[in-house]
Amino acid sequence: MAKKGDWVRIHSVVLQVGERAAAVPDDTKRVPLELWTKGYLQRDASIGDEVSVITRTGRTERGTLIDDAPHYEHSFGDFVPELQRAGDEAFSFLFGGEE
Amino acid sequence: MMPKLNSYEAVMARKGEIVKAAVGVDYSEFESGSIAFDYERMMRSTGYSFKDVMEIQRGYAIGNTPLVELKNITALVRKLAKDGFGARIFIKDEAANPSGSFKARRAATSIHHAKRMGYPGAIAATSGNYGAAVASCCAKSGLKCIVVQECYDSRKVGQPEIIEKARKCEALGAEVVQLTVGPELFYTVLRMLEDTGYFNASLYSAFGVIGIETLGWEVAHQCWEQIGKDPDMVVCTNAGGGNLTGTARGLIRAGAKTQVVAASVNLKGLHMASDTQFNKKSFTTGHTGFGMPFSTWPDRSDVPRSAARPLRYMDRYVTVSQGEVFYTTELLARLEGMERGPAGNTSLAAAISLAQELPQSATIVVQETEYTGAGKHGCAQLSFARQNGINVSLGDPKDEVPGESIVLPARPSLLHATDVDLDHMRRSLISHAASTIDHAPTDEDVAFLAAETKTNETFVLGALKQN
Repeated sequence: MAKKGDWVRIHSVVLQVGERAAAVPDDTKRVPLELWTKGYLQRDASIGDEVSVITRTGRTERGTLIDDAPHYEHSFGDFVPELQRAGDEAFSFLFGGEE
Repeated sequence: MMPKLNSYEAVMARKGEIVKAAVGVDYSEFESGSIAFDYERMMRSTGYSFKDVMEIQRGYAIGNTPLVELKNITALVRKLAKDGFGARIFIKDEAANPSGSFKARRAATSIHHAKRMGYPGAIAATSGNYGAAVASCCAKSGLKCIVVQECYDSRKVGQPEIIEKARKCEALGAEVVQLTVGPELFYTVLRMLEDTGYFNASLYSAFGVIGIETLGWEVAHQCWEQIGKDPDMVVCTNAGGGNLTGTARGLIRAGAKTQVVAASVNLKGLHMASDTQFNKKSFTTGHTGFGMPFSTWPDRSDVPRSAARPLRYMDRYVTVSQGEVFYTTELLARLEGMERGPAGNTSLAAAISLAQELPQSATIVVQETEYTGAGKHGCAQLSFARQNGINVSLGDPKDEVPGESIVLPARPSLLHATDVDLDHMRRSLISHAASTIDHAPTDEDVAFLAAETKTNETFVLGALKQN
């Protein structure tokens, strides 16, 4: 349960499938234009509820509550051996005298 | 008063009045009524002189970034080049700007102006470093800021590079609005401009592009200080065209005689507005998907007349592969001790190849770097590529197929920039321009198109005849 005043993330649909721009490629036309933003929740609610938030700039946005206290999880990724090997190769080509 | 309709068509139909209110510029003042318009008058219309722009940037702690000689990469190039060849390579460390990229220069004049004109905030439509640049300047100016990104595909999978940029914008106080793939991002921005009364901090307004002139000007002055002459070649990563346009104008302003080369990551075959192809690419900027269309038709941007008109200044255009740019990013870290973001190294990848064509007495300047971090990093982006079914390997980068594979050069000698047929692009611009009018181009149009394509009237008339 998210409380009124919590910092939350919401999701909404801006354009439904039939409302998309004419110039959009077919695969994109088959899906809606979706939007995510964050703000302070205006009433107590559960994940999946339709809610209003006040964003950082003071705008009111409506949408489905999807996360309470959202945080980032992007990372430096997995180890990429090819990248390390390429760097090693260039280093020895320049400094190690290998041809 | 009738309530305003918010359908896609209704909002797009009033884009002219929305943009006019949100940029404060009446673009009709520069129009001739035909193809030609007064580009230089538009560039002067901001009311800020070059000196003003420098002072504004100083106020935001932007610019005067180091010009670093890449001695080890130059040594590597000389081991690869034939005898006597291998130009000295320098890099302008634009990551040293407060928001971590040269885009800070683009934001400064806009945000200074928005503050002075009494706008309560600014909106920027960008998935790139420009968002952080606008957020940073807004923070310092006490303005509110909204950044609107194209970030996810319909599976709700986001590009790691763009998610990192969202994080940075939020860290600098901005509200970030994220969308799925599609050019209707502009529609969302127009609605927000109308609802908030904020300034449209467009990348393509004159405010945005005059800020980059300081970069070209600094490059020329730093070269005179460090090597006592003009750089022979400046390589600019090219997407929307502002980077190259502003840099070249700054070089001209400084009086430098320099060849200006554009470089983009080759994403041939990938459609930029495709939901299913969105996450098949590993670069979200600096690529041909923007570079080609924005060069051959600059007025596709979010203002009626773009200030970014790269074919006016471009002497040559080359592409490099995704694998070559990730590889170059690794070289910059491993051989020069500088860990920077991949996209900004597009022009460095090109320079490593181009330097082998020039004598050792020549100098090439790569005019930017960008910050790196989680998501915006070789390992993050290559891991993401693998998760999306892209085959990542070591080999010959000319075997790379965008959307299917990424090939890191197995040896430095395999890195090779490929020339784009610039005359073909010039003819494409001329042909498109001719298609926008229902009469024969006027003499003024022909002279304008010669300037637009850095050619002459004979070339323009020839292209029109073929059309």
